Amino acid sequence: MGTINVSKRYTAKEKFYLVAIFQGMMITLRRFIQGFLFQKNWTIQYPEERREYSQKFRGEHFISVDKNKTENCTACYLCETVCPAECIHIIAEEREDDKGQYGVLKEKKPLSFDIDALRCCFCGFCEEACPKDAIKLSRNYEMTVSTREKAIYDLDHLKREVVGRG
Amino acid sequence: MSLDIFSVSQMLAKIIFVIAVCLGVIPFIVWFERRGAAWMQGRVGPNRVGPFGLLQPLADVIKFFFKEDWSPRNANKFYYFLAPTLALIAPLAAMTIIPFGSFAVINDQVINLQIANIDSGVLFLLAFAGLEVYPLILAGWASNNKYSVFGALRGSSQIVSYEISMALALLSILMVYGSFDPHKMVEFQNQKIFGIIPMWGVFLNPIGALIFWIATFAETNRLPFDLAEGEAELVAGYHLEYGAMKFAVFFMAEYIAMIMASAFLATIFFGGYNLLPGMYFVVQKIGTHFALADIGMQNLKAGFQFLSLFIKVAFFIFVMIWIRWTLPRFRFDQLMDLGWKILFPLALTNLIFMSGVVYFLNR
Repeated sequence: MGTINVSKRYTAKEKFYLVAIFQGMMITLRRFIQGFLFQKNWTIQYPEERREYSQKFRGEHFISVDKNKTENCTACYLCETVCPAECIHIIAEEREDDKGQYGVLKEKKPLSFDIDALRCCFCGFCEEACPKDAIKLSRNYEMTVSTREKAIYDLDHLKREVVGRG
Repeated sequence: MSLDIFSVSQMLAKIIFVIAVCLGVIPFIVWFERRGAAWMQGRVGPNRVGPFGLLQPLADVIKFFFKEDWSPRNANKFYYFLAPTLALIAPLAAMTIIPFGSFAVINDQVINLQIANIDSGVLFLLAFAGLEVYPLILAGWASNNKYSVFGALRGSSQIVSYEISMALALLSILMVYGSFDPHKMVEFQNQKIFGIIPMWGVFLNPIGALIFWIATFAETNRLPFDLAEGEAELVAGYHLEYGAMKFAVFFMAEYIAMIMASAFLATIFFGGYNLLPGMYFVVQKIGTHFALADIGMQNLKAGFQFLSLFIKVAFFIFVMIWIRWTLPRFRFDQLMDLGWKILFPLALTNLIFMSGVVYFLNR
């Protein structure tokens, strides 16, 4: 009982070691020839080629707009409440516009809507909580910024045009 | 040696030729190292700069030139700057005794195609190859960094252990040749066994050749013996504190050491500049086609002799790169086990065996 000894005694061929080295070298040589003659590789040339990700991929946030470029958001604070990372900050105000093109009056609107992308964990809870389908996560995964300030998305950035889910 | 214009100029020409070839092939080796690694691992490798990424080493050099020349505050400045210089000088100096052809004839004067024709050439080469351990120790110690010191410690103990097996393997084949002069050794290997197989050292003394080959990997700090650098545990080892052009010099020195070790291996065990099988017919075909005289024929042959040495060296460097991407690094105790418990007794036994064989054959 107790521990099981799984170590084995090496045969003379295995102890000689050069045979194993030679076998390994043959494997790398085969790979070398595959790469050199047949240009076979498993990587992609990133900026030119891109991987196709799932339709469910959750990337950079955006807020959907209607035909008048008015955001669908009514500043209901549901997303801010549900957000586990507490990265959404909304300040609401009253909307003074008339009825929209579709006769829907949005009485409340966000004065500012900031998402701190550095805190966001991309769980998608905000998207699920939103009653107006306003906040959404696009499929864009290239979110590099040059300063920390630019990583805090304001309303202008969020209202950018995103076709489909990007 | 007389100091007339011709001898001085031919000497200078040979020195420039050897240095130019050594330094000129480094970018290609670096490119091949990266590209070959990529091919072996199913990647593409550097392919942006120039055709097939061939200008990538040039871009690296430009980057190295324009980086800040920084040195650590508490480093010993003299030794810190001496180390990369020494690293570059030692293998280049060792290259001087490698014969890269038998002789050429220009203006009725015979040019010995070897920079320094020293009778004890192999000893000279061994001395300078042994000098390669000093830059490691100096760089590790002078840069005042514990990782560098660890790298230097490992590198020095590794090179010292493997140099013994290397020297014993060398001794076993030197007894066969009966000479320290590389030219004579290469000419000895020009004979044929049973009229077919070239009498290369590797066929006369295969175990010695194998031990020597393994030891060259350790001497040049290539994988699987690159414990002096050991990226995984020592960051970069002995050249950790070196940046910009100082690092580039270390980098070049490593490749020149590779070239030197491969050329040495080719000269001692693989027939040196002797024409590769089949090349002699090519030389004769070209000679008869252009109706060359004896002198022209000899010069043509010398050119092909350089080519065959070049091909051999290229093959050994390819094997070094090939091994690098095949084998993982040894653990330090495994390294010492291999050096002292396997290679050293094997080399010693082989030496005794070879001396017996040589004694009975020459009696």
